[in-house]
Amino acid sequence: MTMYMAIRNPQSAVRNAAGWFFGTLTGIASLIVVTMVVIILGNIVVNGAGRISWQFLTRTPEMGMTEGGIFPAIFGTFSLVVLMTLVVVPMGVATALYMHEYAPKRSRLVKVVRLAIQNLAGVPAIVFGLFGLGFFIQFIGRGMDQGLYGGDLHYGQPAIIWAALTMALLTLPTVVVASEEALRAIPQSYREAAYAMGATRWQVIRRVVLPQAVGGILTGAILAVSRGAGEVAPVMFTGAAYFLPYLPTRLNDQFMELGYHVYVMTTQSPNVEETKPILYATVLVLLLLTFSLNFTAIMIRARIRSRLRAGR
Amino acid sequence: MRAGGVLSDAPEVTSEAARATTGADARVTTSPLVRKSGGAVSDRIAAYLIRGCACLAIVSLVLIFVFIGKEALPVFTSGEVRQEAGMTRLFLPAAEKPAFAWQPVSEPPRYSLLPLLLGTLKVTLIAVVVAIPLAVAAALFTSEFAPPWLREIIKPAIELLAGIPSVVIGFFCLMVVAGWLQQAFGWTFRLNAVTAGSGLSLAVIPIVYTMAEDAFTAVPRAFREGSLAMGASRWQTAWRIVLPASSAGLLAACVLGFGRAIGETMIVLMASGNAAVLSLSPADSVRTFSATIAAELGEVVVGSSHYHVLFFIGAFLFVLTFLTNLAGHWWIGRLQRRLQGAS
Repeated sequence: MTMYMAIRNPQSAVRNAAGWFFGTLTGIASLIVVTMVVIILGNIVVNGAGRISWQFLTRTPEMGMTEGGIFPAIFGTFSLVVLMTLVVVPMGVATALYMHEYAPKRSRLVKVVRLAIQNLAGVPAIVFGLFGLGFFIQFIGRGMDQGLYGGDLHYGQPAIIWAALTMALLTLPTVVVASEEALRAIPQSYREAAYAMGATRWQVIRRVVLPQAVGGILTGAILAVSRGAGEVAPVMFTGAAYFLPYLPTRLNDQFMELGYHVYVMTTQSPNVEETKPILYATVLVLLLLTFSLNFTAIMIRARIRSRLRAGR
Repeated sequence: MRAGGVLSDAPEVTSEAARATTGADARVTTSPLVRKSGGAVSDRIAAYLIRGCACLAIVSLVLIFVFIGKEALPVFTSGEVRQEAGMTRLFLPAAEKPAFAWQPVSEPPRYSLLPLLLGTLKVTLIAVVVAIPLAVAAALFTSEFAPPWLREIIKPAIELLAGIPSVVIGFFCLMVVAGWLQQAFGWTFRLNAVTAGSGLSLAVIPIVYTMAEDAFTAVPRAFREGSLAMGASRWQTAWRIVLPASSAGLLAACVLGFGRAIGETMIVLMASGNAAVLSLSPADSVRTFSATIAAELGEVVVGSSHYHVLFFIGAFLFVLTFLTNLAGHWWIGRLQRRLQGAS
């Protein structure tokens, strides 16, 4: 910020008072927001930390979810985000590659794709859930059952694959935006050097651009995983289950999810007071998971940004 | 060039490229990049695949529109559904008492959307009224007044807030905030529009803050320096120069925040009480559109009127957020054009 020295004049006392008031007011607003964050996190850490143990992370829920652990929910969330990543990362990276490397300048298609990505990012999570039910389960799943299994119910029902595909659509904008930023950070001279040696466009991308962009792509993937691990609304009807005695092993199994588990325990528990310690611990696990992912992504992004600045 | 070790190998690439260039005469045909034959074919295949993937974003948006619209359409077209849940049944008062009721599982079912609409508006309004002043003021503070060390606390804190899953915010509202607010105001209902709205504001603040902060930092330094040089104080600069210059971005921030608030599900589902009552009081329990879908879609019979009405609500949410998004991004584009033209 530019240095500012008060110029002495008759109005300056009034002006200084007004400036002080204005600065304090906005400062208080910032303080309120920061305090809210601290209170939320503090409350959850204080109430949840005592209950987390190795047993809690590795056992299944018992006694109507008042005892035992949350292993199936962790495993389900993990499987969900792995499947999701397998779909969303290639799709998102390819979209970014097209927009940044392939498309001609001022391309109409790029404009429309960018608009679609922006709008996809704004679609409410619950609408993705509706879409997953209407498209993946009712249309694709039912269609597969009709065509492949003679009408037997295999895929026309909530399943982890449908939940993962729904979540992949939800997180697509995250991956595209991060990948595009990574592509933008690569100096043009790298590409030019490769082209000058006679490489084709795909060779330049595979040998020069992609290896350079791995960090940014990773950032996008991690942010997507963090988002996917925390969202509940899209998987409520597409595959998440209240409670399952087994772990998902096939693509059309249902699964337990951490966020959904929190929701179920909070709202459907027969005895809230008894579930409370476990509930807090589950919330803390979910928070630690998403925060550690976000933190990793931010660290990688900061390194890329500093390199981008250095490169210019 | 290998994949991996990407962040640190920038110099290595250049040196390798340089080596290849210096030795180009000797091994122009054995350059690692062109050694493989059939480069042209894989090039073309890759180009098609990548182009196809890029179109997938458009395709999925269209598919969302088509498939939600398809399930919502019977509300207009199917005689059977229209009898139970036609436009008149959804929006106009019924002959029975109460005139507006959302009772999808009673016999006969009642599908008046007005209690839900009012509930959604109430909660969204409360959230936006709480969130926007706080977020914009905090953004102004970080970009104009805060010393760097303070900025390094506020910004990560809000990034943390953005990273909290909405189910956790909902949980926190239900377990903690609801009790506090009830004690403070002595409400009859623990879960009501204010509880849900204040929870929702926690989800809206990071969005508005980020967009507003972007808008403020997009204002060229020359604007501020010119103003300060003419003897204006810092707050005068902020109030008369920075705020007006970034007004389009602020508008975009508000619109996108509103879009997020109206579609957010888990927080209102957990903290609003979910009673579909037609009341203007913020201390009554409310049921919003998004929470209605989330609470009822799991048990609904596929193909029933109820099912189609829920998709109709979803289509409404989709169209509404689509429009707010378009408007928001249009304003952001305007801000960028304006500031680029000015600087």
